[in-house]
Amino acid sequence: MRIALFITCLADTLYPDVGKATVGLLERLGHEVIFPRAQTCCGQMHINTGYQRDGLALVRHYVDTFEGCEVIVAPSASCIGSVRHQHAMVARQFGDGKLAQRAEAVAARTFELSELLLDVLGVEDVGAYYPHRVTYHPTCHSLRLLRTGDRPYRLLRNVEGLELAELPEAEECCGFGGTFALKNADVSTAMLADKMRHVVSTGAYACAAADNSCLMHIGGGLSRLSTGVKTVHLAEILASTRDGLTR
Amino acid sequence: MTTFLGLPAPPHGTGHLRGDEPFPVAARRALADSQLRHNLANATRTIRAKRARVVAELPDWEALREAGQAIKADAMAHLDSYLEQLEANITLRGGTVHWARDAGEACQIVTGLVRDTGASEVVKVKSLVTDEIGLNDALAAAGVTAVETDLAELIVQLGHDRPSHILVPAIHRNRAEIREIFLREMAGVDPELTDQPAALAEAARLYLRRRFLSARVGISGVNFAIAETGTLCVVESEGNGRMCLTLPPTLITVMGIEKILPRWQDLSVFLQLLPRSSTGERMNPYTSMWTGVTPGDGPQEFHLVLLDNGRTAALADPVGRQALHCIRCSACLNVCPVYERTGGHAYGSVYPGPIGAVLSPQLTGIEENASLPYASSLCGACYEACPVKIDIPSILVHLRGRHVETAREHRKVPSAEAITMAAASWTMAAPARFTAAQRAGSLGRMLASGGRLRRLPPPLAAWTRARDAPAPPAQTFRQWWRREHGDTR
Repeated sequence: MRIALFITCLADTLYPDVGKATVGLLERLGHEVIFPRAQTCCGQMHINTGYQRDGLALVRHYVDTFEGCEVIVAPSASCIGSVRHQHAMVARQFGDGKLAQRAEAVAARTFELSELLLDVLGVEDVGAYYPHRVTYHPTCHSLRLLRTGDRPYRLLRNVEGLELAELPEAEECCGFGGTFALKNADVSTAMLADKMRHVVSTGAYACAAADNSCLMHIGGGLSRLSTGVKTVHLAEILASTRDGLTR
Repeated sequence: MTTFLGLPAPPHGTGHLRGDEPFPVAARRALADSQLRHNLANATRTIRAKRARVVAELPDWEALREAGQAIKADAMAHLDSYLEQLEANITLRGGTVHWARDAGEACQIVTGLVRDTGASEVVKVKSLVTDEIGLNDALAAAGVTAVETDLAELIVQLGHDRPSHILVPAIHRNRAEIREIFLREMAGVDPELTDQPAALAEAARLYLRRRFLSARVGISGVNFAIAETGTLCVVESEGNGRMCLTLPPTLITVMGIEKILPRWQDLSVFLQLLPRSSTGERMNPYTSMWTGVTPGDGPQEFHLVLLDNGRTAALADPVGRQALHCIRCSACLNVCPVYERTGGHAYGSVYPGPIGAVLSPQLTGIEENASLPYASSLCGACYEACPVKIDIPSILVHLRGRHVETAREHRKVPSAEAITMAAASWTMAAPARFTAAQRAGSLGRMLASGGRLRRLPPPLAAWTRARDAPAPPAQTFRQWWRREHGDTR
């Protein structure tokens, strides 16, 4: 299958390895990955902070960029959540019904990584090898916006060598929330402290998730406290094989 | 102020709907109170577990939520006619209906009615709406003592405190603190009082019983009002509400206009949704219903005060009006990670938590409560728990947008944030500009040590106070892609 990668602005700029892992994984599974060069950002930060008018330009840009693609994947539940639940809404808010319809059509072909693997490609065992104890944080937008449910766990359980450690209070938010982490830094940090306590309690080598943003938050805290616990994106685990990371 | 049709604009809400300081400031103080955080975490965890258990028992829970949402949407769409129907039915059954535009008018009406009876003391059923309008203070100014009879509300009143939770107003107190309040404030209390829950409840019972028997006026709020029959319904756990509603010869009820349900049969949905969502019980212990006045039985004089206080203004917002569907169960508070850590006082309004963050700014006008829509990480736990499916995260985002648009209209100079957002949007709407910005950002590598940044300039300094930031990598993804694939693909 020919799959268009929406890398997301965050992964493009700060987490290129997650993008490389996504490409490597999909190519290993026999698919062709394309990267529409015009892509930038889904506009979620603007929309969620109240700048829907500024977000509208990014919604239009996303739709223009990906409209011709058959299937689109992003290694971010949060950005897919915005594409699926906000793009058409923002277009309608500013009276652009045509854009809203186009946005809905593109959103219907846009998938988060675990959705793509299980629902579109029908693969549960991707042949990965990751010999570590891992705990999984089901990010709020995977859990409650996309409802990816047990998909990431099914993928992880099929990874050879991986020992999955249950995360206490897993469904509670890590406190990131986009600009919430800056505007309400104290509350955000208090939430992060509890999330880190639970992650550390699992004795895991790494905490995994399907969102770079939440991982940046949790990882930033774990690093500040020198806990030694790493953060890793689901795509990076699934891309790992006995021969090392698929590139 | 008039609308373009020359009709008067709906009034904004007054009363206890806004705090003195923005949420982040109030939250910081609450976070520093470790006793408060401990009390809240314990209490919310317990209620969360109870709710989850009883909700899971019902195979048709989702259908009930859908029904609740649909009934409320219908009630709001035809609010004008349902309210008039309610008034007609209550009047027919011997009650009197009063209409109040805002908190001041409502307090004036109630105070006048109490004064007409000559009573100097009234007993009250726990009622958020009377907290909203500041009724106790208004009564005190008129020389009338209001005695709260709900145990938690009594604790708040005796502690000269404010409620911090919709259902459990004293959730921020533990039993040792309650014992101290009783010993200090409760006239005639046993000095040997222990902090056992049963002993505390017994002390309150003895204190309140005398007041029930002597009171000539009862004041209540209401959970549901049935337009079709003129019946009012109060749902409670202790039975003290039932005493207030039945013993005094005069009953005055204050009701937000959004509490209306069209039909009697609608109760079959809400009496299942409410107790399971609020206390985590299959059914609440006391459900009191009354229709006007029944000769020889219960209060012989009944007044209903219908309160707007910003509700009509909220109704005018097609996205935000969902907030009026709220049945005050507080399930959203109990699952909210922000509420669990800050408690209710940080929200500054009698309506705290996620529902308060969408309701209070709409009642007062967004400019008056601008920090509340941002008091959420948009984690969505509230939406999932809401028994009438209020999409709180979407309303929060919508209200943030209204705040930004309002600021845009009123400020001559855009805020620093607005400029940043506009610049970011301009940059990201074109890949060439985005690539250039990424290149500029990668200079941050020079400040990093060990792949991380420990200090960033404002506004990002708020991030690095407690978290490291990743150092920009040697090459972005798109640089890598170009190197690997050239300009093909």
